[in-house]
Amino acid sequence: MNRPKLRKYQAHKWDEPLLMELSTSGERGIHVIKAEKEIKELIGDIKDLIPEKIVREKKPNLPELSQPQVLRHYLHLSQMVLGTDVTIDIGLGTCTMKYSPKIHEQIAASSKLTEIHPNQNEETIQGILEILYKFGEIIKEISGMDAVSFQPGSGAQSIFLNTSMMRAYHEKNKDPSRKEIITTMFSHPTNAACPATAGYDVLTLMPEENGLPSLEALKEMVSENTAGLLITNPEDTGIFNPKIKEFVDTVHNAGGLCIYDQANANGILGKFRARDIGFDMCHFNLHKTFSSPHGSMGPACGVVACTKEIAKFLPSPIITFDGDKYKLDYNRPDSVGKIKGFFGNIGVVLRAYSWVMSLGAKGLKEVAEISVLNNNYLEKLLKKIKGVSVPYKTDKKRLDQIRFSWEKMTDDTGVGSYDVERRMTDFGLQSYWTSHYPWIVPEPFTPEPCESYSLRDIEYFASVMEQISKEAYENPELVKTSPHNSPISRIDESVMLDASKTALTYKQYLRKKGKENEKT
Amino acid sequence: MKKKIGLIINPIAGLGGKSGFKGTDNIEIKNQALKMGYSSESISKTRYVFENILSLFNKFEIITCPGEMGEEAIKNLDINYKLFEQTFKKNTTSKDTKKAVKELLKENIDLLIFAGGDGTAKDIYEIVKDEILCIGIPTGVKIQSAVYAKSPKLASEIISRFILNKTYSTELREVMDIDEEEYRNERIKSKLYGYLKILFDKKYVQNIKAGSISSKEDQKLIAHEIINLLDQNIIYIVGGGSTTKQIFNELKLEKTLIGVDLIQNKKILLKDVNEKQILEKIKNNKAKIIVTIIGNQGYIFGRGNQQISAKVIRKIGKENIYIVATKKKILNLKGEPLLVDSGDPELDKELSGYVKVITGQGERLVCKVGVEE
Repeated sequence: MNRPKLRKYQAHKWDEPLLMELSTSGERGIHVIKAEKEIKELIGDIKDLIPEKIVREKKPNLPELSQPQVLRHYLHLSQMVLGTDVTIDIGLGTCTMKYSPKIHEQIAASSKLTEIHPNQNEETIQGILEILYKFGEIIKEISGMDAVSFQPGSGAQSIFLNTSMMRAYHEKNKDPSRKEIITTMFSHPTNAACPATAGYDVLTLMPEENGLPSLEALKEMVSENTAGLLITNPEDTGIFNPKIKEFVDTVHNAGGLCIYDQANANGILGKFRARDIGFDMCHFNLHKTFSSPHGSMGPACGVVACTKEIAKFLPSPIITFDGDKYKLDYNRPDSVGKIKGFFGNIGVVLRAYSWVMSLGAKGLKEVAEISVLNNNYLEKLLKKIKGVSVPYKTDKKRLDQIRFSWEKMTDDTGVGSYDVERRMTDFGLQSYWTSHYPWIVPEPFTPEPCESYSLRDIEYFASVMEQISKEAYENPELVKTSPHNSPISRIDESVMLDASKTALTYKQYLRKKGKENEKT
Repeated sequence: MKKKIGLIINPIAGLGGKSGFKGTDNIEIKNQALKMGYSSESISKTRYVFENILSLFNKFEIITCPGEMGEEAIKNLDINYKLFEQTFKKNTTSKDTKKAVKELLKENIDLLIFAGGDGTAKDIYEIVKDEILCIGIPTGVKIQSAVYAKSPKLASEIISRFILNKTYSTELREVMDIDEEEYRNERIKSKLYGYLKILFDKKYVQNIKAGSISSKEDQKLIAHEIINLLDQNIIYIVGGGSTTKQIFNELKLEKTLIGVDLIQNKKILLKDVNEKQILEKIKNNKAKIIVTIIGNQGYIFGRGNQQISAKVIRKIGKENIYIVATKKKILNLKGEPLLVDSGDPELDKELSGYVKVITGQGERLVCKVGVEE
């Protein structure tokens, strides 16, 4: 490996007040022009347009600021943090961070998209309906499924939708007593949380020595109570479950359905299809695998795909094509209903469509191949670092990501994964992702070097980890008191447990500070 | 205010390890190890812990014994310490540990730090029960008790958080040691002696970002789940432990911490029962079992709940056993299977396989139950 020179990062530091505290009564960002006489006569008083039951009794307490003030405020905040385009995002594993080409932003910002309204007559939005329909066809090809919906606004919402469709399926089949869902410890935790929210009991299979859930355990757990299996593959460990077909068959034989969480499909894109091994439903996070800015940097969209047996339960509307016109079909009596307004976040669909069209089928396979190659190179580099280990023995290569452990270093030096996470920002790297809860791998970290990172990026990431390990063994305090170049170093995290010290709204904040009467 | 910290070292714990003996409970082994030239790891490891927190010297005071059982590890370090008068002869024993703990109790200490192994933890437990906050520095050979920090380095981290009044938490943790009665019959078997109140790193505070909750909150959720599952008229045979105790807390009932209680219709039927009493009560009544897992070990049956004997388990049936545990406890087993030692090898085999452990509301972890070799 070429040891790249480690960069030094220094964030700006502003003593930035809250937006509410910057407010000056009477200041305005824009003056809304008065409606012209003719419009007024036609529409009437604007106040009469608002239904009485939702009219506010009192004006809301909103901050009053000019445009430059607002701009300064948010730019100050942005100067104090690392963002996706100024750093290497390799550390944020399971999030599938990749470069999202700027041209797609321009396409999504086109007035052809931004100026249409979902309540427009479908005759007048044939263009976007065509894109939604055609991208649906592409997703069917990628998953092997028969029907799709772009409605969910996130991966979790996709899983919740799939769970709801599973419930509708069992109810339709007069089999509603199936109350148990089976998932695995290393599947994304929403695979447990969504069915729990939907009222199911959730059985979670633990990983065995090889890091994989046991087929024997599954066989002992399935019964006439089994509603279905929700599973990720490869799981967070990056290990592909070679017995996945047996898992699916076991659940099917017990009368349950199988739902494949493919939120992150980067390692298997074009290589492995959910339907081909018998899954009934799956979903992809378009904002992850299919490239859209995400993680508080943009809206999300989860596309759900299912077999024709499940299709009637999809949310309405679905988009149909009669060879001439694209139509919205709302007449679907078995639909589970809406999971989000209108057709979903179509800006994300448009970006994803652009991404796929620019790559083509061959390109999608290449995405998977480079991701896996990148990950195996990173593993080779990280394994050499003192204090790093790769839990679970497998004879196969990992796919797109790996959950590593700093356990040895923590036992030796007291420097844990959260300390490393903070120290890395001093070298200009965004904090990495440790692990989903619970921490089954001690002191974990989960990098995921997707296809858009270069050899140099990967080596830079590994060099920073190597440097921090060296520091931990030589001067642990340096790491434990980091970050040193950020506007805020460490906060007392115990306040997070103390409801009297946290506030979700400005009103709460004033009340808890005892300033209630100063400003309401 | 300065924290008052008591310190007790079992200077001979750990000697057995390097010298190839398993533990130093036996005085002969201890002497042999010393003769072979092995020095006390307890003292050096304890010294290492204090070296790590020297910068906090003005925030705490140590009260300890003269000589090997304390002073030796901290003298010449920049630490304020006070010795109590009792002196101990060279070859310290379990009796000396207990005597020293009694002395420390007179001093109103905020925290008791002890270095040693299972025997040491047991001696401490016999005197302090769960009344004083403790933390163990692991120096013994094969530690089974859940009362020790993971490494001396991590012990110093936890202790410094305590001294600085930073976030830390406490938990009742198992004290396990060799069952002396079985040992006299030439069988080696561990036994649950009780629970110490242990200081531990509130790692979960950091994990809050990932949506975790504390063990105590987990225990409450488990208690609610169990209470929802309780049926009319069925007798519930409830094993000991802090997780099952929480069920009783929620029902406003008093639980025997190391012992088995019977409840029926959310009321106590009989407290601290033996096998005979259980069999008598369930002779003509449907019954179910509620047990938890022994921390660090994974025992469901046969440690601390022998009253729920093979006979009782057979009568009640595998399908009527609820196992409850916090996720943290299961993860601490690091993938090792749960264990049963009912005294009946045939039954142990029948109980092996996969079980659902209740870890919260609507939450079950599927864990393997192994057969002890």
